[in-house]
Amino acid sequence: MTDPAPWLILLPLGWASIAFLLGPARGAWLAAAGLALGLVLSAQVAAQLASQPAAQAGAAHLHAVGGWPAPLGIALRADGLAALMLLLTHAVALPLALYARPYFARHPEGQRYFWPLAGYLVAALDALFLSADLFNVYVTLELLGLAAVGLVASAGSAPSLKAALRYLFVTLLGSSAYLLGVALLYGVYGHVALPLLAVQMTPPVAPAAQWALALMLGGLLLKTALFPFSFWLPPAHGGAPAPVSALLSALVIKATFYLILRLWASLGHQLMPPALAQLLGLLGGAAVVWGSVQALRQVRLKMLVAYSTVAQIGYLFLLFPLAARAAPAVALSAWQGVLMQAVAHGLAKAAMFAAAGAMAISAGHDTIARLGGVSARLPLSAFTFGLAGITLMGLPPSAGFLAKWLLLDAAADSGRWFWAALLLAGGLLAAAYVFKVLRQAFVRAEESDTSFEALSPMLQWPPMLLAAASLALGLHAGFVLLLAGTP
Amino acid sequence: MTGSQLIGNQWLPLLVVASSFVPGLFIFTLAEERQALRTSLNLLGALIKLMFIGVMLGGVAAAQQYEFRHAVLPGLDLVLRADALAMLFVTLSAVLWLLTTLYAIGYLEGAPNRSRFFGFFSLCVTATVGIAMAGNLFTFFLFYEMLTLSTYPLVVHRGTDKAMRAGTVYLAYTLTGGAVLLLGVVWLYRLLGQVEFVHGGVASALGPQYAPQLRVIFLLLILGLGVKAALVPLHGWLPRAMAAPAPVSALLHAVAVVKAGAFGIVRVVYEVFGVEFAQSLGLLVPLAVAACVTILWGSLRALSQEDLKRRLAFSTISQVSYIVLGVALFGPVGTIGGLVHLVHQGIMKITMFFCAGNYAETLGVHEVNEMNGVGRRMPLTTVAFSVAAFGMIGLPFTAGYVTKQYLSEGAEIAGAPWAAWVLLASSLLNAAYFLPILYRAWLRPQRRPWPHPGIPARGWRETSTLLLLPPLVSALAVVLAALLADTGWSPLAWVKLIAAREYLRPIR
Repeated sequence: MTDPAPWLILLPLGWASIAFLLGPARGAWLAAAGLALGLVLSAQVAAQLASQPAAQAGAAHLHAVGGWPAPLGIALRADGLAALMLLLTHAVALPLALYARPYFARHPEGQRYFWPLAGYLVAALDALFLSADLFNVYVTLELLGLAAVGLVASAGSAPSLKAALRYLFVTLLGSSAYLLGVALLYGVYGHVALPLLAVQMTPPVAPAAQWALALMLGGLLLKTALFPFSFWLPPAHGGAPAPVSALLSALVIKATFYLILRLWASLGHQLMPPALAQLLGLLGGAAVVWGSVQALRQVRLKMLVAYSTVAQIGYLFLLFPLAARAAPAVALSAWQGVLMQAVAHGLAKAAMFAAAGAMAISAGHDTIARLGGVSARLPLSAFTFGLAGITLMGLPPSAGFLAKWLLLDAAADSGRWFWAALLLAGGLLAAAYVFKVLRQAFVRAEESDTSFEALSPMLQWPPMLLAAASLALGLHAGFVLLLAGTP
Repeated sequence: MTGSQLIGNQWLPLLVVASSFVPGLFIFTLAEERQALRTSLNLLGALIKLMFIGVMLGGVAAAQQYEFRHAVLPGLDLVLRADALAMLFVTLSAVLWLLTTLYAIGYLEGAPNRSRFFGFFSLCVTATVGIAMAGNLFTFFLFYEMLTLSTYPLVVHRGTDKAMRAGTVYLAYTLTGGAVLLLGVVWLYRLLGQVEFVHGGVASALGPQYAPQLRVIFLLLILGLGVKAALVPLHGWLPRAMAAPAPVSALLHAVAVVKAGAFGIVRVVYEVFGVEFAQSLGLLVPLAVAACVTILWGSLRALSQEDLKRRLAFSTISQVSYIVLGVALFGPVGTIGGLVHLVHQGIMKITMFFCAGNYAETLGVHEVNEMNGVGRRMPLTTVAFSVAAFGMIGLPFTAGYVTKQYLSEGAEIAGAPWAAWVLLASSLLNAAYFLPILYRAWLRPQRRPWPHPGIPARGWRETSTLLLLPPLVSALAVVLAALLADTGWSPLAWVKLIAAREYLRPIR
């Protein structure tokens, strides 16, 4: 096993299929073992890339499947960015798997096909990050979308089926737009291998290629749920079982954003019109404000967390206005800030959804106003929610703070005060909704009508671990920037 | 071989931070009834911290370097450094933490959620010593925000509607202040790279074309810090935060929150901008004016407060700005007055809050008009309160006298005689709102039965021992700080050392 890259795809496919054969609700330990091995493999990929002095300059591991090189065969390509996303995927998925087992023991609906679907989801994510070919990306996108829809539907209730159906339409529409774009590119260039396209697509490009990029971007924005395409996200993420919500919010939307980054970094850098960069930034800003305000207005805990995802996605899109026509150092800060934000949000949101799920199980409901005194019975879960909240608010020490620092740094240098103000205001809005929940931890317990049941430690510690990781990363994050490389 | 050589100079600052952080984490996990273990952890942490600080105090006086450095990102270091200014604040917080811990153990006996309380209490002190030893603006900001987060649970500890509202107001002020501060910090990092705290400042390295930008940055930094330092009009959170339990108020007013803001202003003026450069940019006079407005406004508002703790709160607003005023008065004498007040205000105000807590716990007395005859029922507490009040007014043989002497002289030297008038007016106002309390307590007979007698007197102990001893010790310190001012072991002597290092060239 010399090259870990193909194994990162085969391994989850394998354990997911075995879990399916084992029958409903079986395969939890297999999944945990598979994910642990996946974590080791992704760490190995990351370590290989980080140890190379050329990592900064965009070194990559290439693996030609079956020995056929691109553009004829399927090429797997692991560079620093891909390695970072692989690492994030497995670092989030493993604790969630440990958490999901006791969760479904208490919450049997949704358990039936969780393990196989989760396995296909992870396989799709890994394959997506490793693909160097736009058509292969399409295949992984479809696999990812279908597994995610299946997971949302798995709760089985009428609202979750409705949310899943809506999600299905959105994800199919998004993939179709993407596929159309890929087809157009194929028509112009005769192949869809990203590294080759990056060389060929220098301005001026054919109008068909511009249309292709626009279609691909549109499809991916829809799937990433950038405001105003975010309408489908809260019901889908807020209604699913907690481990599913955590996977979707932390990882799945990041995958499509990763593709936007990839396209932008390798093709669209010079092609993106400045007006579009500003527009994406403005939509991101609108997402931050609208998502936060909506989160603040929610009555139910999981919906609050879901709207917080809508808001946090917005920060990712500040890359485009901050990096557009900026000095290389500024663009680098923006790039690093956005990737740090993707990682920080991945860890923290997974922790927050899982902690919210634990509170909901223990209380028997997730109405925020009735969670008074939660800290007395579930101190660990309340603490986890708070720590994850620190990252989302962008307060130190946390990876979210470093993300904000880097983005502010980019904004301060180019004198783009509007974006700086937005970043700071977004942090305050996040504080408002995080403390809407946290204050319940301190309200006098006798004012609450809820009795909290005791929970297994495995429902409390894995989320805690994720939240602690998002804070610890705020004290030592050099390797993230090393892997993130340059735009 | 000394202790510092044994451990290694770079680790000592980190150990000082860890000595409250690690016990704090353990305390969170303790069950409510593990009182003995919790108390031992608290006291052990406090004593170990004092021990490390003792080693470093000796070292810093002998010009030893203590610095811990860790790269969070390339070009972004977390730095903990024990310089003379840091040691002033670290020592103050560690000593008062020990006292307050003892007091809190007595105060919260039998109350719910004590593990949570002491856990956050430890984190709060961790943040404070982190602020004190922060070696650059990034590190300072990190601990500054950690302080906000770790004090919120203490402010809302009681969980009542009033406490929850106070907590919300507290967060709204401090988080917004933090955001403004962050903007200033990032901007400065953009211009200067890592903004280390250096004697004499670093901002003067930029050319004159940066002066307008630097003025804006200074304003942002002072606004952000002024929220915690309770500069008028950014002070609104402080009187409301009185809903917190007495030990929390004591800590908030004497060491943790307001001092963090004032200390930050000290660092920014002296070690980021440099006092001479700040003067040349014309930044010190507006700062002094803001401090004077705060001093007078706080005192005026204190006059009309009937609630004892609220009166003390407005008095804090006024007194903390003495520090800011001292910093803004250009010249070493004013500097000495301001910096020494960092310590003096701490020991005086913590005494008063301990006493206010004793009145409330022992007799149920919260309002000034309920205090008639309280001196006869609780003579020791009232003696301590009186000493601190005399100190606030600035009477001789108290710490406050030393401060006011240096500040007034500093104002004259800096060519700002109006500041000396403000100080005089403030002293009169201090007398106007503290003397009536003392008059009621000592000279008026008790009119009505005590509102809620809680703790009976036993012999000389008018209240429980753990509530009585801390204010007596801190009141003694108020007197000793004045009597021993001219010896080598007073806060004043240490502050003179700092002032000598901050003014690179001799002034006049």
